[in-house]
Amino acid sequence: MILTILLSVYFWSVLAWWGALIVAVAIAVWMIMTRQGRQSASVTAVGVSTLRQRMGSSSVIVIGIAGVVGVLVALLAMGEGYSETLRKTGSADTAIVMRGASASEVMSVLERDNVVVIPQAAGIARDSEGKPIASPELVVAANLPLKGGTEDDVGSVQLRGIGEEAWKVRPNVKIIAGRKFKPGLHELMIGQGAEREFAGVQVGKQVKLGNDVWTVVGEFASGDALDSELWADANVVSDVFRRGGSRNSVTVKLTSPQAFDAFKATLEADPRLKVDVSTTLDYFSKQSEGTSKMIQGIGIAVGVIMAIGAIFGALNCMFAAVAARAREIATLRAIGFRGGPVVVAIMLETMLLALLGGVLGGLLAWLIFNGYTASTMAAGSVGKLSFEFSVTPALLWTGLKWALAIGFIGGLFPAMRAARLPVTTALREL
Amino acid sequence: MKYLHLIWAALFRRKTRTILTLVSIIAAFLLFGMLDAVRTSFDQAGKSANGAERLQTGSKLSFIQTLPSSLELPISKVDGVKAVAYANWFGGAYQDPHNQIFSFAVSPNYLDLFPEIELAPGQRKAFDDTRTGVLVGEDLAAKYHWKVGDRLPLQSTIFPTRDGTKNWTFDIVGILHPKDKNAGGMFKQLILLHWKYFDESTPYNRGSVGWYVSRVSDVNQSDRVAKAIDAISANSDHETRTQTEQATAANYIKQLADIGLIVSSIMGAVFFTLMLLSGNTMMMAVRERTSELAVLKTIGFSSGSVLGMVLAESVLLLLIGGVIGLGIATLLIPVVAANSGLGLPPVGAGNWLLGITLMTVIGLVVGVIPAMRAMRLNIVDALAGR
Repeated sequence: MILTILLSVYFWSVLAWWGALIVAVAIAVWMIMTRQGRQSASVTAVGVSTLRQRMGSSSVIVIGIAGVVGVLVALLAMGEGYSETLRKTGSADTAIVMRGASASEVMSVLERDNVVVIPQAAGIARDSEGKPIASPELVVAANLPLKGGTEDDVGSVQLRGIGEEAWKVRPNVKIIAGRKFKPGLHELMIGQGAEREFAGVQVGKQVKLGNDVWTVVGEFASGDALDSELWADANVVSDVFRRGGSRNSVTVKLTSPQAFDAFKATLEADPRLKVDVSTTLDYFSKQSEGTSKMIQGIGIAVGVIMAIGAIFGALNCMFAAVAARAREIATLRAIGFRGGPVVVAIMLETMLLALLGGVLGGLLAWLIFNGYTASTMAAGSVGKLSFEFSVTPALLWTGLKWALAIGFIGGLFPAMRAARLPVTTALREL
Repeated sequence: MKYLHLIWAALFRRKTRTILTLVSIIAAFLLFGMLDAVRTSFDQAGKSANGAERLQTGSKLSFIQTLPSSLELPISKVDGVKAVAYANWFGGAYQDPHNQIFSFAVSPNYLDLFPEIELAPGQRKAFDDTRTGVLVGEDLAAKYHWKVGDRLPLQSTIFPTRDGTKNWTFDIVGILHPKDKNAGGMFKQLILLHWKYFDESTPYNRGSVGWYVSRVSDVNQSDRVAKAIDAISANSDHETRTQTEQATAANYIKQLADIGLIVSSIMGAVFFTLMLLSGNTMMMAVRERTSELAVLKTIGFSSGSVLGMVLAESVLLLLIGGVIGLGIATLLIPVVAANSGLGLPPVGAGNWLLGITLMTVIGLVVGVIPAMRAMRLNIVDALAGR
């Protein structure tokens, strides 16, 4: 019995939306076509019509399940938003080259001679002047005052030192205010995500980074992880942060996604280099893996514990509902209704309440959290990554499935008790 | 108290319902126990008495920027500083570059500044005497089945050795334990190696230090000492930023996530649901006992004591469920932490205190409407079933 329930919950959890639709249609057809089905439909109708009299306890089911679904969807939306931001970063036709065995860009160091060799590899796209499009970049951490904090409240931001090529390898980055920085000057551009997080970094303002004062001259938007960064001239950054001629990584534009294998092979075969090569798409997705799995794990663990609470709450309410309607149910059985329709009716009623709860919870999560910005220290980065909670239809569907599963378990036992109730005792009961 | 048996009987009048409600309450407080333990452990990061005595000095530029090792002497001469140690980020990884491990290269006296870390005296001596020796935290050792005497191959994700590879080999000479068995602490997940060995073996470090830790002789002087330390390198190309360990930890955690907000929104949803649920149970309990309550009043119980009894019943319900739930959390967390290798904090006395307060308050809140109803019960109407 328990095993059957666990199995069906498992199948339910992997069921796609069209699967659920088929189940729903099948039930509807059964209700219209067969005698038992029509009986179930009428018993359900009676149950549903009396729901209003049991407002208190029915709302417990609805709100309990709404709570579970709301929290679950919100937590999953956080994980989804985080990994979506990193997943959107990078593309299949750009590759990032880092020193071998570097877990992330910030930990990598490429000396000047490497930086010179890498752009000569096969497979790199060339610009109109025939120069390979390869962007050696520096990544350092800088402290900036946080918005809404005291002067001492500083957060870390990732400062990327770039050259003109950086714009060519990332055509999705658009300037939304101001202009590009001028090479050789202490000028900065700020991503729109970083602008949200940190205080005093509007275009035209001056900020202190390192020991120097920089002017913010422009703001850019990319819709991905780069949004949380500051961009400045690589040579200036290198001077201020004493990095000499070294760079952290080289990002290159490939002639096509298929050119990646050849590009990787040339670099790995080159005895002068000891580097790791991956497409930027791969690199950023891998960085997000750990954290988003963790958030997902926490979400599901919290969801399961809350769901257990809600299942027992639903059981309680439905047992009470069955007890309150014992006479009515017994009467139905006495005049010839079989146990089956009674079970189906009570199950349907619970599922209906659960569905309401699921919709309510998902709606609340969507209203409150969709687009809510949060930030965290991202793995593999040295700055705060700002991202938006993303309540996707897939997550809402997951929430609904949880709601229906809770309703299913919460309704099953009371329904079976109703069907097994001895008619005579039930009729005598007050 | 003399009515306890009556309250108890009333509570278990409907066993199924009470037990079902209890399970819901248990689930809620299990969750509460886990989340609140996480919250307090984040709150208390660096807040211990020992933490208050320590100042951390890092680069003002950013947390990855290093400082010259020549700062050790001037810092130790600052009035009020008892001892100075230093450490550097090593970026160790075990088996796979993505499997990163907290690992610091530390000065010889580093452990002296952390009296809350326990290390067998023989192991301490072995560490001092072994150039390639490392100390590993107990949780880390348990996770990978390391023991004293093992050779430990580590990759550094940042620093190559002199021969250009990033494969380092160390000898495990000791295991770090917390002095207070129940305390959490990051050092259970930590590897410490010799800064000197590290500095000599990598061509990249060249005598730089990630951060300094200084122990002050008087906690009340911390602010002044911190300012004095920062004054040493003011206007140089390596300006510093000195904070108490607590402020540093708090700052770091704040960058990770707003734990408080997440935890309190989940708990809000959980307890709102819980109140509704147990409130409903109490309503049902009182409704079906109307005639019994009327009998109680008939035989002389005052309205006040009927009110008290119903309130006591609902508080008792919450307390039983809550204590079981928190108890499970207390027992379960160390088991989960040991098996998953996650540094989950244990449920402490503070969590229990808050938990029991919450149980009582929720019990009173959900009991108040049914209790008022019971108090106002008109005997004649109730007995007549009206």
